[in-house]
Amino acid sequence: MLSEADFRRLPGSDRLLRAIREMELPEVRLMEVCGTHTMAIAQAGLKQLLPAQIHLLSGPGCPVCVTPAGVMDEILRLSETPGLILTTYGDLMRVPGSDPEDSLQRRKALGADVRWVYSPMDSLDIARENPERQVVFLGVGFETTAPGTALAVLEAKRRGLGNFSLLCLLKQTPPALRALIAQPGFRVDGFLCPGHVATIAGAEAFRFLPEEYGLPAVVSGFEAGDLLVSLYKLLCQIRDGAPTLENEYTRAVSPQGNQAAQALMAQVLEPSDDLWRGLGDIPASGLRLRQEFQDYDAARRFSFSPAPRSELPGCRCGQIICGQLSPADCPLFGKRCQPEHPVGPCMVSSEGACAAAYKYGGVEECL
Amino acid sequence: MNQDIITLDHGSGGRHTAQLIEELLLPAFHNDALSALGDGATLNLSGPLVFSTDSFVVDPIFFPGGDIGKLSVCGTVNDLAMCGGVPRYLSLSFLIEEGFPLADLRRVVDSIARTAQEAGAEIVTGDTKVVERGKGDGLYINTAGIGTLAWPGLSPDGIQVGDDVIISGSIGDHGAAVMMARNGLLEGSALSSDCRPLHALARAALECGGVRVLRDPTRGGVATTLNEFAQNRSFSIELDEDALPINASTAAACGLLGLEPLYCANEGKLLAVVDTERSEAVLEALRSTPGGEQAARIGRVTSRAPGKVILNTFLGGGRVLSMLTGAQLPRIC
Repeated sequence: MLSEADFRRLPGSDRLLRAIREMELPEVRLMEVCGTHTMAIAQAGLKQLLPAQIHLLSGPGCPVCVTPAGVMDEILRLSETPGLILTTYGDLMRVPGSDPEDSLQRRKALGADVRWVYSPMDSLDIARENPERQVVFLGVGFETTAPGTALAVLEAKRRGLGNFSLLCLLKQTPPALRALIAQPGFRVDGFLCPGHVATIAGAEAFRFLPEEYGLPAVVSGFEAGDLLVSLYKLLCQIRDGAPTLENEYTRAVSPQGNQAAQALMAQVLEPSDDLWRGLGDIPASGLRLRQEFQDYDAARRFSFSPAPRSELPGCRCGQIICGQLSPADCPLFGKRCQPEHPVGPCMVSSEGACAAAYKYGGVEECL
Repeated sequence: MNQDIITLDHGSGGRHTAQLIEELLLPAFHNDALSALGDGATLNLSGPLVFSTDSFVVDPIFFPGGDIGKLSVCGTVNDLAMCGGVPRYLSLSFLIEEGFPLADLRRVVDSIARTAQEAGAEIVTGDTKVVERGKGDGLYINTAGIGTLAWPGLSPDGIQVGDDVIISGSIGDHGAAVMMARNGLLEGSALSSDCRPLHALARAALECGGVRVLRDPTRGGVATTLNEFAQNRSFSIELDEDALPINASTAAACGLLGLEPLYCANEGKLLAVVDTERSEAVLEALRSTPGGEQAARIGRVTSRAPGKVILNTFLGGGRVLSMLTGAQLPRIC
């Protein structure tokens, strides 16, 4: 069996690159919608290796980056609750609220009990060890983390852990893609579909891209070799004018996905309308706890009510994500919005379009 | 000492403090300057000196490949060695949280004694304070060190286009090991911190000549240290991804935690920028010194993108390595 490392340094990578360079293609815009793909592309230095007419756009990025400022404001307020323990993935620590200087990292420094965990189940252990205190897990993530989050709720119920609750901020990828495509002026010629999400949801979850929108789609793994193969497949579809769904990440992704995980999600969670930082309201794009698990809903337990709109005026992430504007066109770029105090998702994500433009200052182009 | 934990009494300056010093510290570090038990140590040194200090907080206190004690000696000894100094004398201060197990303190003290001896440095003065439970994180250590300056003039200002960049061994092991240990993810892993004194490796490199600057890439890792060299200077530093020595277990741990080895701390590696004429000799010298077996030439100084550090990836792409911004946090996405 091939290991992950074999896909990183895939034999024949140079031939693939050459084949891509030799394709006769018009101006092509491809979008990756997964933060890990964005990181992997940056780490391999892939952008500079592709012909000039092939543009790779970073989509909404990671689930953390699209958590709205208003929700972060409420989380920051929640962190002030006496005796409360907040548990979270590390990524959320630096995401700002509507005050770009304010974050969980700052609140922790000011005395809030914020602990980062590797798995939602770790929160249950913390709840058991602190029976007199409330423990809230900040459940961010796409389909990838949803099953583990659902399992934690089931397990809390089984163990009768009354002091544990979940702030369910889970989001679903396909509805966000539909919303992106529907944005006026959106022009992308193909999607690199997220392999981790597809591991759970199945490759077929992205079938709508070619069938409903005529857009080429390839489910891709995360090693440089995976990305090269996937890009090549996407470009072939575009060249041949034959959009379809292909699965490059067959070592992890089946057409129907992980059905046990899907069943777990369906048992505990249901779709709901949700707000995305930079993209706005998207119907049925979120996941919330089902009625029978509402006792574990931190939003109910702590009267969580984020302001509907609290983005800083001027943030252009929506248009930058769609490739309509470049970071420098945003009035906040490099001023109010910088990697140390980001405003929009493109700056929050360390390899987002704005963060990259800020950090690398155009040096990438000369490489 | 029949108690099994440190109490506030041990920091009182009274009988318990004296007992701690006489029964634990003096036997471990015995030397004339310390045994005099004065308010300070009397030393006999001449010529230009190097002087450095460092404070140590690490969670967990014991990790594979080392502990806070070993770290506290290596940190200061290595800073002295990177300045071209030969480490001679160290001070040692403990800030201990009430309730800290005495057996653990004994392990830390033994580790300090062993490491100092290896580094050829003597612990000649020190202090112990105890803070109330909840006001410390078990144990903090500060060390300061004095060395005699044997190789003056090391500075990034001496770096020239055409120089080679050399590292004494595998990258990112300490940061990855500690992060995995902190999260209870070490089971079955071969990960180990690289924590070790660098005085011998520094000497081996410096005796070859042609070394412009030495630095131990601790917090922020190799990428951040090289950025410190290049920032606001008229050269760039280019690394070859294929040449980077990275252990498989460190690469796997970083993959799991969403970290990059180039940004993970090292506690037993030196980075050297060397005149290309001397770099083969430096590499040979490092490789024949314990701890330097995996030494490698990982890049060179160029004029391609002044002020920047660039990684040339195995695919042939280029990528700017920026400074680490903020603390490294494990990512889910």
